[in-house]
Amino acid sequence: MSTAYTSTIMDAPAARVWDTVRDFNALPAWHPLIADSRIEGGAASDQVGCVRAFSLKDGGFIRERLLALSDFDFCCVYSILESPMGVKDYVATLKLTPITDGDRTFAEWSAEFECDAALESSLIEQIEQGVFQAGFDALKQRFRF
Amino acid sequence: MIKVTRSTVINAPISVVWNVLRNFNDHDRWHPAVRHSHIENTLYADQVGAIRNFQLTGGERVREQLLTLSDQKHSFRYRIIESDVPLQNYTAEVSLRSVTDQDRTFWSWSSRFETPAGLEQDMTQLVAEGVYEAGFEAVRSLVESREPMMESVSTQAPASGTVSGSAMVVGRYGGPEVFRMESISAPPPGAGQVRIRQQAIGVNYIDVYCRTGYFRLLDPPGVLGLEAAGEVIDVGEGVTHLSPGQRVAYACLPIGAYTTVRTMDAGLVVPLPDTIDDVTAAGGLLKGMTAEFLLHRVHPVSAGETVLIYAPAGGVGSLLCQWASHLGATVIGATSSPEKIQAALDAGAHHVITPNESSLVEQVRELTGGRGADVIYDAVGHDSFAHSIAALADCGHLISYGQASGDIGNWDIGSLALKSATVSRPNYAHYTDSREKVTSITHRLFDAIERGIVRVNVHHRHDLQQVAEAHRALQERRTTGSIVLLPEHSTEIMV
Repeated sequence: MSTAYTSTIMDAPAARVWDTVRDFNALPAWHPLIADSRIEGGAASDQVGCVRAFSLKDGGFIRERLLALSDFDFCCVYSILESPMGVKDYVATLKLTPITDGDRTFAEWSAEFECDAALESSLIEQIEQGVFQAGFDALKQRFRF
Repeated sequence: MIKVTRSTVINAPISVVWNVLRNFNDHDRWHPAVRHSHIENTLYADQVGAIRNFQLTGGERVREQLLTLSDQKHSFRYRIIESDVPLQNYTAEVSLRSVTDQDRTFWSWSSRFETPAGLEQDMTQLVAEGVYEAGFEAVRSLVESREPMMESVSTQAPASGTVSGSAMVVGRYGGPEVFRMESISAPPPGAGQVRIRQQAIGVNYIDVYCRTGYFRLLDPPGVLGLEAAGEVIDVGEGVTHLSPGQRVAYACLPIGAYTTVRTMDAGLVVPLPDTIDDVTAAGGLLKGMTAEFLLHRVHPVSAGETVLIYAPAGGVGSLLCQWASHLGATVIGATSSPEKIQAALDAGAHHVITPNESSLVEQVRELTGGRGADVIYDAVGHDSFAHSIAALADCGHLISYGQASGDIGNWDIGSLALKSATVSRPNYAHYTDSREKVTSITHRLFDAIERGIVRVNVHHRHDLQQVAEAHRALQERRTTGSIVLLPEHSTEIMV
């Protein structure tokens, strides 16, 4: 089992950041890698069990299933059903925690997965930096004022 | 049920913050609202189940128990088991998370509790601001200010030159006359080492054994001594718990303490609180640490037990009497010198017996209604062992921690069945051979000294050059309390 973990501080209240990221179909609105996204089968985008199918700007195609959503904990969990990344049993968690000192947000994005041992370190780097940190950096830009 | 959560970000790596927080008993060192914390059961401060007993600055006493501790998740949970503050069913969690893109630390501190009606707002404010937010600021100033200090240590130290001084060297095994003063130089500390300018040096009976060759800890020529206090000159690479200028003490192997300046492994060297002076530390650390593990670890003495202590006016014996009495035990001192009876009573012994008048066993039985002693601390050895076994209560515990009168010899284990006796033969080194152990033991010892539970009596002070006279007095049993040597620093030169 491999683990990727990225975390950051955002200068905005957690509830505001959560409004942007809780929509499972909204990746193109804030993540710089994502070109377009749709929810399969006409389900609502905050319905646990729904599947998002999206394209990366570099052409890759990914399908992910929403496994858990908590407005109480500002947290969502999802798995990859199909991707070009070469990962198996990939389950990721995006979680926001309020920082009471300054009404800011502690944001964590982590994943556990199986992969070919030879690819592990480059995959972890790609996920932590290319996916999670890139998404965080875009959100931080968005909430910076 | 009231819930309180406070969180912040500390500008230091998670390992630095966790290092401050994970010791359940160290909060009196950093939290402004906490003073005099000690672990009241026999566990280490990072052992789940440990109970810390402390006072708030307002004087309220609080007892809290460690419920969980995870180095993996950098978190621990605890509960209040008794408190002068009206917090009921209080459980709390401290949790750290790494902020990976800035190498900072997210710290969350939360709790649930109940409180009598009308006090909700006051108690919420006390917990949130008085405890959690005040704790955040204290740790923030501790670790955020520590970083530049550590940098300056790594750039300035270790100093390039050696520091010269003088030591009392034993040239061959023999009597007190074998000491001679020699000039020595302490090299710059290597990785994991510290260089100490020593201000007070403890003399212990084991030093006599080393000098005569009875214990082969010294290979002459060499320097004796296990115990000293002083000031850190500089530290080597990787030493983070000590810094230049800090007051420190040690009581550990290897020997080599009879010197004005010393470079040694830093692992077992502990920082001294301001409330404990160098002479007290040098005179009390080895004996006090011994008393701590004998009374709290080898046999956790509890209220109501009857404890027999030999040599109750001696160095360790006096500390055992004071501390066992504080723990609620009935303390019987056994001394062969009638002139030491008063000193034993002063040390907290409830009864003092003099076994040369009638047998020890008879006197102990008389004082215990025929039962015998639940626990016996015996460092006499050869002359006392059989009497000690006979004086035990059924299922009693004999702790043999020395042999002043000679080796105990061979004993048939089957004979212990007469009492279902337990016999322990603890070795100082095994209780004090890691920084974790030493930190835990000294924390409780320093607290006991600060609170007046035990008093270290240093009755004899000599210049370091007069160590031979100190050894003569010790061997001739002319001393009471501790002996401390005071080094002269006028000749010390940095080369």
